Amino acid sequence: MAGKKITITVKIWRQVGPETEGRFEEHRLEEIDPDMSFLEMLDVLNEKLTLAGRQPVAFDHDCREGICGMCGAVVDGIAHGPEEETTLCQLHMRHFRDGETICIEPFRARGFPLVRDLVVDRSAFDRIIQAGGYVSVNTGSARDGNTIPVAQNVAEQAMDAAACIGCGACVAACPNGAAMLFVSGKISQFALLPQGRPERGRRALAMVRAMDAEGFGNCGNERECEKVCPKGLSIRNIARLNREYLRAALMGDE
Amino acid sequence: MSWFIETCTSSLGKKYIMAVTGLLLGGFLLVHAAGNSSIFWGRNAFISYAVHLHSLGVLVNIFEVMLLAVFLVHVSTGLVLFLENRNTRPSRYQVERSAGGRTWGSRTMPYTGLVILAFLLLHLANFHFTDHDLPIADIVTPILSNPFYTLLYGIGMAALALHTSHGFWSLFQSLGINHPRYDRAIRFLAWLGCALIIGVFTCILLLMLLAGGSLQP
Ligand code: FES
Repeated sequence: MAGKKITITVKIWRQVGPETEGRFEEHRLEEIDPDMSFLEMLDVLNEKLTLAGRQPVAFDHDCREGICGMCGAVVDGIAHGPEEETTLCQLHMRHFRDGETICIEPFRARGFPLVRDLVVDRSAFDRIIQAGGYVSVNTGSARDGNTIPVAQNVAEQAMDAAACIGCGACVAACPNGAAMLFVSGKISQFALLPQGRPERGRRALAMVRAMDAEGFGNCGNERECEKVCPKGLSIRNIARLNREYLRAALMGDE
Repeated sequence: MSWFIETCTSSLGKKYIMAVTGLLLGGFLLVHAAGNSSIFWGRNAFISYAVHLHSLGVLVNIFEVMLLAVFLVHVSTGLVLFLENRNTRPSRYQVERSAGGRTWGSRTMPYTGLVILAFLLLHLANFHFTDHDLPIADIVTPILSNPFYTLLYGIGMAALALHTSHGFWSLFQSLGINHPRYDRAIRFLAWLGCALIIGVFTCILLLMLLAGGSLQP
């Protein structure tokens, strides 16, 4: 059963390009179905803008089912909006009140230069991943799944870390613009498993070096990142990254 | 040697430096609070504590130099982190809101740090770089029984309470010590350390303000 339609005002960031000045634009949207997702609401706005002969709002999205990590914006000061462990595409309009004004801004961080409107360039994450290098996995015909024993609890922890979809909300929410939660997830998922062990030291050193080079800030253990992470990654992963890096720095042989 | 420099100047390396020096400074504060608590046993107990301490002679000087070095490293690394982190967000958010991770302590770290630095300069000027002809109790009493100084020292203690409320937990996280098995123990210990240090110093401040002139011998 469809709920009562709501009327909202969006105060949304518009910026033509990285070099131009940005500003907020206000739009009133009527007849918004509370069962719509946040991105569908933006689609409604864009239809309205297009019909009026104006440029639609640029925003990133792909799967719209919370698994690809493309979407993301800061809604009323919170990355991905007010619901916990929810990507922007999985946020629904029923969480907003009739008559509410919603402020929508791009992820802002030095490591994520703005491209247009709500779109930011998150390719720094790709370069950090590349810096991590390879994992030693034997190729050839499919191997028996249990050749390399992995304890259930360890596999679970690795899976929890691997749940990171690289959306960048952690950077957007970090008061210091740090990318620690993202990097720690990637480090953890490999460091926990036997397949990722051989290169763990080199990987930790290279990924932290890449992270620093991309202009992300220094972690202050503020814990904002884990609060906005749509996949619920814990800062225990950051503690693991701290251990991995310390171990590699002190005992690594390269 | 290059690995050492790279580690120390990396984002994680600076965290380790803050954590280790913070731990050492916290340890010093606990010992300092324990020593000063001898004043609760009267003027003579306090003086004899000071005399015993200074009978260690050159050891005291060595310790002072080491403490100063640790302190300078903590302050300078903290300043570097503060300055570096200031421009990691080129444009500010229109709506600045916490998602619930930050605490009063964590968001004020650099500022409380600077207040503590100012307080320490005052504290050293009061009791360290001063004429040591009189017994220590007679140097301390006239200053700390003055309500103006109670206020200044109170501000210093408030800053220290905020700073350590985040710092004592944070240093474990920075060193990679965070595990479900001892999470609660670490939170409790961090809280206890903070409460002990602030508690003892605040009691001394109140004691000196209310009964400073008439300390029992
Ligand atoms: S669009 Fe794929 S996670 Fe939101």
